[in-house]
Amino acid sequence: MVMVNDTIFAPATASGKAGIAVIRVSGPRAADALRHLTGMTNPAPRHACRCRLVDPEDGSGLDDGLTLWFPAPASFTGEDVVEFHLHGGRATVRAVCGALSRMAETRLAEPGEFTRRAFDNGKLDLTEIEGLADLIAAETEAQRKQALRQLGGALGAMLEDWRQKLLRTLALIEAEIDFPEEGLPAHLETEIKHNILGLRKKIGAYLDDKRRGELVRDGVFIAILGAPNVGKSSLLNALVRRDVAIVTETAGTTRDVLEVNFDLDGFAVTIADTAGLRETGDHIEREGVRRALKQADEADLRLVVFDASQSEHDPGSLALLDGNSMPVLNKIDTVKNRELPTKMGGFPVIPVSAKQASNMGALVDAVTRRVAELMEGRGSAPLTRTRHREALSECHGALRRAETAGAAELVAEDVRLAARSLGRITGRVDVEDVLDVIFREFCIGK
Amino acid sequence: MSGHASTNFDVIVIGGGHAGCEAAAAAARIGARTLLLTHKIETIGEMSCNPAIGGLAKGHLVREIDALDGVMGRVIDRAGIQFRMLNLSKGPAVRGPRAQADRKLYRAAMQDILSEQTGLTIRSGSVEDLTFDNFGHVDGVVTDAGETISCGRVILTTGTFLRGLIHMGDEKIPAGRMGEAPSMGLSDTLNKAEFRLGRLKTGTPPRLDGRTIDWTGLDAQAGDSPPQPFSFLTDKIRTPQIDCHITGTTMASHDLIRANLDRAPMYSGQIEGTGPRYCPSIEDKVVRFADRARHQIFLEPEGLDDHTVYPNGISTSLPRDVQNALLLTIPGLEKARMIRPGYAIEYDFVDPRELGQTLETRRIPGLYFAGQINGTTGYEEAAAQGLMAGLNAALSCAGSPSFVLDRADAYIGVLIDDLINYGTAEPYRMFTSRAEYRLTLRADNADQRLTALGEKIGCVGPERSGAFQMKAAALASLRETVKALRITPSALARRGFDIAQDGVARSAMRLLAHADINMARLAQIWPALGAVDREIAEQIEIEGRYASYLVRQNADIEAFRRDEDLLLPPDLDFDGIGGLSNEAKEKLSAARPATLGAAVRISGVTPAAITILLRHVRRRDRSAA
Repeated sequence: MVMVNDTIFAPATASGKAGIAVIRVSGPRAADALRHLTGMTNPAPRHACRCRLVDPEDGSGLDDGLTLWFPAPASFTGEDVVEFHLHGGRATVRAVCGALSRMAETRLAEPGEFTRRAFDNGKLDLTEIEGLADLIAAETEAQRKQALRQLGGALGAMLEDWRQKLLRTLALIEAEIDFPEEGLPAHLETEIKHNILGLRKKIGAYLDDKRRGELVRDGVFIAILGAPNVGKSSLLNALVRRDVAIVTETAGTTRDVLEVNFDLDGFAVTIADTAGLRETGDHIEREGVRRALKQADEADLRLVVFDASQSEHDPGSLALLDGNSMPVLNKIDTVKNRELPTKMGGFPVIPVSAKQASNMGALVDAVTRRVAELMEGRGSAPLTRTRHREALSECHGALRRAETAGAAELVAEDVRLAARSLGRITGRVDVEDVLDVIFREFCIGK
Repeated sequence: MSGHASTNFDVIVIGGGHAGCEAAAAAARIGARTLLLTHKIETIGEMSCNPAIGGLAKGHLVREIDALDGVMGRVIDRAGIQFRMLNLSKGPAVRGPRAQADRKLYRAAMQDILSEQTGLTIRSGSVEDLTFDNFGHVDGVVTDAGETISCGRVILTTGTFLRGLIHMGDEKIPAGRMGEAPSMGLSDTLNKAEFRLGRLKTGTPPRLDGRTIDWTGLDAQAGDSPPQPFSFLTDKIRTPQIDCHITGTTMASHDLIRANLDRAPMYSGQIEGTGPRYCPSIEDKVVRFADRARHQIFLEPEGLDDHTVYPNGISTSLPRDVQNALLLTIPGLEKARMIRPGYAIEYDFVDPRELGQTLETRRIPGLYFAGQINGTTGYEEAAAQGLMAGLNAALSCAGSPSFVLDRADAYIGVLIDDLINYGTAEPYRMFTSRAEYRLTLRADNADQRLTALGEKIGCVGPERSGAFQMKAAALASLRETVKALRITPSALARRGFDIAQDGVARSAMRLLAHADINMARLAQIWPALGAVDREIAEQIEIEGRYASYLVRQNADIEAFRRDEDLLLPPDLDFDGIGGLSNEAKEKLSAARPATLGAAVRISGVTPAAITILLRHVRRRDRSAA
């Protein structure tokens, strides 16, 4: 006797009062579920049908809704799937779920189980599943677009293409190793070298992407830095337009680091206000300064704030100016008769008054441009997670070793490891059918 | 004991081919009273196809069989007439010993060695049926003479004898090898037990009379000098050594074949079995690689005083007249006389996923299968299975634990793991690329990997044991020495070594990682290293050369063994595990992997499925505890 898979069901929409709620059913008994609840026996695939849902036990009405029927394998999970679109509301959802759970061989899905079945049935690879999770979690426009591309298989397809190239290269090496007497074409060795070098360069360039995809997914980190009382907290407030940081006249109010996440023209941004940079005897404040400097190190972009009313600027702050930072000259409203510098440390200055909210638009524009530069790059399939980067770096390292390994069996070993690293990203761990390539391409057999 | 000692055995081996010989010798070596039953005693050790042993990966298998004190290595050392180490230009892990054999000498050496084996009885006869006890366990065989011989375990090594069908043009002849009757009775017995059977095809080229070949103008290929033996126990090859010759097909050959394709059983639809991709017939090669102008043919003599020549590369099932015409188109063979035509043979094999790790069948306890019957091709693959089935049948008879090699132990482990977990769709042949741990599993260190394991189960005789221990001690001592000797880069530069001047002192072992540094060069620095035995020095050179790769590989092996150590219960009901996809359930139920590691390697079983399996087994363990 062959026992079949359980049939699973779960609400696909968030719980609570809403216009509609969707319950999804997947598995061999999905068609039975549809018949039990609606009496429909031969539903048209992928067509919405309006119908009355009844409790199969007593025939009482459950709801008046829509059904959608997706027969296997053309469904999200690759199994038979039915969707019930109900009126939103906890009681309705509960009643329909109750009726489903009373059927034989059905049960409530575990978290992520629909997606896992999609993976099991080869409908999604790991990067696509990550794309799906990111899409569901996307808050900004850039995150949404990037997640959608990854869900669409852009990253997976690129990695799989590379992996196939590696497997083909491996097959060439293996052919040379296992069939030395078969009169293989002479150009193999050149082709092998060429493939390894080409792919290593391509992957190297890809890794050198300034973490673009991760920045979109996790957000750009911006630190506001500067001496005490230059108006860092006011600047943060003005930027995010709500009172988040404590702003007082007393220097050193912000002793720790304060972070705010917000959507900057479609990009996710985390902006951190930090303690003023100064020598201090207060050990709590000293800890704040230490953290501020740490944040400065980790930041993707630094806004270094100066007080326009001062004639001498803090040398510690000036030292922080570099290509990843922007000098912001605050409190311009306090300066009347003096010309303001246009450049500091060689970088163009953005003059603002956080308190008067003057010229803040220019600052927002400048920051947005810089953030956009950080996130936009070549290609359409960015690496979005640290694990992608780690595995790809491993692959890159193995290919670099392969270039100098010399002996065929060592080159093969490194290329095999490189291919395995790529397979780890997409979840392809099936047996590499290297022999298949060999026999397809070469005449082997004396 | 009963009074019928003469007809009462622990292990009966059916079949005297390469699997049968190795199985019988192995069972007897660890003390089982063993009977080898074969059609004809004279054909024990017959090389029914090409007259050669070893090659890449196959040579590794022979060395491993030898390391466990098996017979194949010693037999070929007495019968080899041309020894060559293949891939000498590549690294040691992918070098494989190969030898042409004198078929007559090979048979004689095999029969000699088997006749010297204590505890082994050899008889002629064919087996018509098996007998079973009340629990369905095998307890004997019935011969064609109607005699019942009782025993504890039976090993079936009947090769292509199961429903063998020879094709030559449109001729069809039921047979095993040419001129031998197939064993239909046994085939029926297995059918009754409902073993899953598959059908495979293999072929053989025509045999030629060497006296009618024009050797002038053909390239000669000499063997290695001195020839390097297979067996760790053989000090020197004493048979005379000869050359092989190489010729090739021409465009005229290809035109002839294309014109006669409709008469080839492969293309007329007459053959249903799957042939091997790596050993295609000449008609197959011409069709699949239409742009090739020439296919190589190796002319291999079948013996020193035998004129038969085996033209390796033109296996065919074309009709006899086309084969004769084909010879006319091949340089050197224009006047060659065909002693007997080539043919294709179809045969049944048992899906090896029916077997456990010891090669015992799950359907009939006490019955083991080894060799071509399990879907493999090649003498070496057959012998390796014979060895493992023989050892395990004898161990099981004695109530001892089974002897299993894993993928990190040996090519033998790779072979059996592949067979019992994946089955096979074509005749299975070993390649070095099938071994994940190829750098570790070398032909040169087979004894280091396996002989001590063999000693533990008692399959290694005192002669080999003594030699092995001496070698192991010498290796350990030299290994310590080269690890301890150190030298600075500046001192190396003064002696003309091209080494990065980074100020870091290096051990002699580490210097061996450089492709251009060997023990002889190190002896310029440390003269004592020049006095070391060549074989021992080579081993350490290889270890040094591969060191950084072996460290990585060992980490992989550790991870692999962690999975491998997680045994899946033999009675596990895969169908009853919630959350597994139907495909995963089907594949797991067919293969019944013994360990989590084996389950991971089954294609179509996803990482998610493995996680579910792991969770299920852990939960089961906890509730059982």
